[in-house]
Formats: sequence, C-alpha cells, structure tokens
Amino acid sequence: MAYDYSKYLRAGKIPHIWCPGCGYGIIMKSLIRAIDATGIDKDDIVLTSGIGCASRLPGYMDFNTLHTTHGRSLAFATGVKVANPKLKVIALGGDGDMTAIGGNHFIHACRRNIDITCFVFNNYIYGMTGGQYSPTTPKNSKATTAPYGNADNQFDIAQLAIGAGATFVARTTTYHAVPMEKLIKQALDHKGFSVVEIMAGCPTGYGRKNKQGSPANMILWQKENAVPANKAKEMSEEEMAGKFAIGVLHEVQKAEYVEAYDAQVGLK
Amino acid sequence: MAREIRFLQGNEAVCEGALYAGCRFYAGYPITPSTEIAEGLSASLPKVGGRFIQMEDELAAMAATIGGSIAGKKSMTATSGPGMSLKMENLGYGYLTEIPCVIVNVMRGGPSTGLPTGPGQSDVMQAKWGTHGDHPAIVLTPSTVQEQLNETVRAFNLAEKYRMPVILLTDEIIGHMREAIEIPEPGELEVIDRKRPTCDPKDYKPYKPEADLVPPMADFGSGYRYHITGLNHAEDGFPSNNGKMAQADEIRQENKVMHHYDDIVKVEEFECADAEIIVFAYGSSARSAKEAVIKAREEGVKVGLFRPLTLWPFPEKHLEKYVGKTKKFIVPELNLGMIKLEVDRVVKGQAEVVGINKIDSDPITPVEIMDEIRRSK
Ligand SMILES: Cc1ncc(C[n+]2csc(CCOP(=O)(O)OP(=O)(O)O)c2C)c(N)n1
Ligand code: SF4
Ligand SMILES: [Mg+2]
Repeated sequence: MAYDYSKYLRAGKIPHIWCPGCGYGIIMKSLIRAIDATGIDKDDIVLTSGIGCASRLPGYMDFNTLHTTHGRSLAFATGVKVANPKLKVIALGGDGDMTAIGGNHFIHACRRNIDITCFVFNNYIYGMTGGQYSPTTPKNSKATTAPYGNADNQFDIAQLAIGAGATFVARTTTYHAVPMEKLIKQALDHKGFSVVEIMAGCPTGYGRKNKQGSPANMILWQKENAVPANKAKEMSEEEMAGKFAIGVLHEVQKAEYVEAYDAQVGLK
Repeated sequence: MAREIRFLQGNEAVCEGALYAGCRFYAGYPITPSTEIAEGLSASLPKVGGRFIQMEDELAAMAATIGGSIAGKKSMTATSGPGMSLKMENLGYGYLTEIPCVIVNVMRGGPSTGLPTGPGQSDVMQAKWGTHGDHPAIVLTPSTVQEQLNETVRAFNLAEKYRMPVILLTDEIIGHMREAIEIPEPGELEVIDRKRPTCDPKDYKPYKPEADLVPPMADFGSGYRYHITGLNHAEDGFPSNNGKMAQADEIRQENKVMHHYDDIVKVEEFECADAEIIVFAYGSSARSAKEAVIKAREEGVKVGLFRPLTLWPFPEKHLEKYVGKTKKFIVPELNLGMIKLEVDRVVKGQAEVVGINKIDSDPITPVEIMDEIRRSK
C-alpha cells in the first residue's frame, strides 16, 4: 500500500512552490517517513528554517513551524530549545542559508552540541534568488554572479560540522531516498547536535547553467559520484576527487548542551 | 510592611525588574555598558528556574530571544549601539510576527564602535526607525535607578499586552549609576501575561485580532500547531502576496499601539501648568533638566520639565497641550538634535525650539540648561 503522507502535510498548502525537477520534494517525503518512524507527537515537534527554497518546507508541514530570517534558523531554534527542552527541535536551511549568512550560527550550534537536528539542503547554489554562487558551488562552475566560472573554494559541510563539534554527521542524496529516510531517523534519534547534509539538484539555478542535463540526469550524477562512507575511507584523495562520501560520517556521544547547563547551574 | 531598600546599579535594577516581571529566558552577547545585565541574569535566572545563554553574536541573541518567547517564556536581551544595529534584522522579524520580548539598549557614544564607555542618546531615532519597513514601536526611557526597575516591568507588561517587542532605551549614565531604590513587594506592581488562545486548536488563527487589535498567542508545544513567518501573512499565519492584505495588517499593528496611546504613553509633567518655557528632556539628560528647572523656579522663572518615560510612540497628545501657550521649548539631548525634530513637528513653529546638544561623552549639566533658560528672559 502506498504510504499516506497526508497526516503530516497541511491541507490546502500543496502545491508547493518548488520547480518541476527540484530535489526538495524527495527530501520532504523522506523527512515525513522518518519523523513518522520516530513516533514523536506532532505537537512536540518544532521545525525552523531560514530563507530560501529549502526554507519554504516547514510551511507545508503540520508541526509548530517557524520560517525565520536568512541564515538564522539555528539561532531561533536554539532559543526555542533552551526555553523548552522538552520540544523536539529540527532546523533546516539551504547551503547558502546555513553556511554563508548563517555560518556563524551553524558552527556554534555544532560546538554547543545542543539537542537539535539540522538538515542542510545542498544544491550548490542560491536557488531562490536565481542562481548565484554559494559557499558550496564547485570551483569553475557557472553561476549568475560567476559568469566566467567560480573562483571560490568550496565548503565541505559535513567536515565543517565535524570540525565544529557536531556529534552526529551524515551525508546523503536525493537519489538515495530510502537510505536518506534511515539516516534522518538516526539523526533524529541522536541526542546532541546532529547534521545531515542532503545533496539535492537545482535544475533551474544550477543544472541549466552547468550543462547537467535533465533533473533525472542530475540525480544520476549523485548516484555516480556518491561513495559509501566505509569505502571512501579506503580511497585516496585523487580517487575521491569530484566524489563525496555518503552515510554516517561521524558519531560520538557527548554531554548535551541544555543538560550540561542545567547540571552546571543546579537547575531541577 | 516596609519595602526592602537596596543600593543598586542601574543595570542591576533592570535585572531585578526582569525577574519581577517573570522573565525566564535571556539570550545576549556582552557589550559595554550593558554587560552587567547579562552577568546579573546569568547568576539569577537559574535560581528562579530560568535559563541564560550567551550567543555567538547579537543577530543570534535577538533570534534566540524571540525563539524563547515563542516557546512560552518571557524573554529578554540587552546590548548597546553596535549590538543594537545587529539586532535590527530580527527585531523587524519580531515586529512583523508580533512576538513579545524586551530589548534593552544601554546607549553609549558615537556611531560604529564610537565611545564605548561614554554615555550617548544618539540611538533614539534608531529605536523607532532602525529596522526596515513600517511597524509600530514602544520605547521606554527611564531616568532613575528606581525607574530602571519599574520601567523594565512595564516594558514586559506592554510587550505581553500588545504582543510585540518593546525597547527599554537607557544610557551609560543611568546604567552605571548607583542609587537607593525600593524593591516592590510581590503583587505590588501589576504583572501582565500574554493572552493565550482558548479556542479549539483546529479553529486557531494566530493573527486574528480580538477587539483590542491584539491576536492571542499560543506557545509552541501547547497543542496549537501553527506557522510563523517573516513574510507578510494572512490571519492563519501563512504567507500571502496580497498587498492589500499586507497593508491592512500593518495598519492594524500600527493601530494596536496608537489606539492604546493613553495606556502606553507615560510622561512626567513637572511645573508645566503655567510654564512659559518647557524643557523637554528624557533619560539621563532629564536628571540635569529637573535640577535646572527647580533652580530656575527659585529664581522666579516660569519653567517646567516635560519628561517622556515613553519616547515612542512620541507623546504628542501630551505635548500639544502646551503648544500656543509656551514661548520656548528647550531640548537637551546627548545627540545632535534628534528628538528636537519631533518637538519641532508638534510645535509647528508656534514657539521657539532650541536644542542643547553634546556628543563629547560628557553629560549635559544643569548649568548648561540654566544658561539656556536665562537666555530666554
Ligand atoms: C538578509 C538577506 N540577504 C539576502 C536575501 C536574499 N536571499 C533569499 S534566499 C537567498 C539564498 C538562498 O540560497 P540557499 O540558502 O542555498 O537556499 P536555496 O534557495 O538554494 O534552497 C538569498 C541570498 C535575504 N532574503 N535576506
Ligand atoms: S530554484 Fe532550484 S532549489 Fe529553488 S525550487 Fe527551483 S529547482 Fe528547487
Ligand atoms: Mg542552495
């Protein structure tokens, strides 16, 4: 029997704003199935986002949803979580939202190890504003603000999260919709700050300019270049050039921020 | 029963006021001359079951403050000019989304990093107009350490009642001075909590106003699942591109404040009834102004002090009473003449309006104000 998403979607809010072929619909469905699998009550879930195409997702979901300012998803989420730690707080945003304008909030949320689950939708581009280069746009790629090719170096979001202290870090792609669901569930179950970087195609803002072909081709590109984490470990830097590891990349247990704070100040 | 008398610093009195009002969450970033507020609440909040967090910058501090309020806690942040500039982005979010919270700006001197340890009053226009877009503002300007406490309580009350951010705009002089103040007994000052919905969650519309133009606000996690966005939105909280609706909503927000002018605007009118000269002064400058007025009265000059404790909305209804009667208005302020513009606007050329302006990090002295009063004779 086909899975019924309607329990988690807000009636009357679909169709969504995303372009045909955008990867974000696949993420939303995996996210719904994963949340469903955790069994957490809808009333207890807070979903925050910044600004961008990715950040429009919470508007479609039947939780307590907070669409904030560009880059600030995690800063608002931190306030919600510290004020009421009983809530399950999920913060999402695009690559620009989370690692450019919101980069400072991102690394500090990682460092605190606050119990928030963070999803970064990485489409290599500023989608909503029409295709300007972001901190994850590959070198030499074309963007509307890089008509001669991008001179910038790329952020590796997962490595950034690991370096900054996140205690669960994973990467997946929209090609891997079923494993994505499992990874998202693992991230939601993890106590502490968890990050899942989700590679998604933006045919409109990135694909077209970079001759990546149809949306289907962009998904196949993910399949061809994704390397399972355990295999990636055994590959050399040259072998990994242009490829990326997927799966759980980092998982440790460490004191969670609010619990540590409460213990420190003698609360409860 | 005699009230407890304590010798407190102005910033400490803000902490006392916050706790009295029921503040249970503070998110901040340290900056002179406001830091004692963060330090004080980091120590006292846990004792009343609240939490403190030092964020990575003031953008984050403002965001977290709003987040804390959405989660149901009375929330506050404090800063000074450079931090206030960073807070502007999410302050605007707080206005559009109508989230109650209190922002303290302990003003210092200069634009940019300016004169970090000196006083200033140059953020009075920023407090009203600093964030982009049309929005109402409530800004309170205490002058004494006692008022630092009482006006902080009032700031929380107004934030909760009108469902919006409220700014307590004080300055380095009052923030750092020490005075003996009376700590109000529990129950002595009114403490207001926001209206929360009582309807069936299915029927809840987070931006459907009641007769007072204020919509009830549900805590996240209380069973009322709803959407909050910084995009213009319909009564159900979801974004809308309908410009007419956006306009109507923003006018409604403006009106929720302006229709309650009498409840919000508080002014001290001292010796104003027969005054030929009125000194219009707020915050620390009003302390010198009061002394000057008392001295000048002793010399037989008919002079009064008009002192707004609510600077925004501008107390024009109160001020208009004196227009046509008073010959001269003197506006001392630690900026190059910002609020004087507002006095000019209300006086409409029917009296002389003179500013006394300093931005050299020194307070305006009673003597300087006396000199201007004497020049009027
Ligand atoms: C302060 C601010 N600066 C700029 C913008 C314009 N803006 C909106 S979305 C966006 C980029 C979004 O890119 P990303 O976060 O990668 O999300 P995507 O649209 O690709 O999902 C920008 C620059 C804004 N809304 N706010
Ligand atoms: S612009 Fe790109 S990211 Fe935005 S909806 Fe279209 S395809 Fe998706
Ligand atoms: Mg993007």
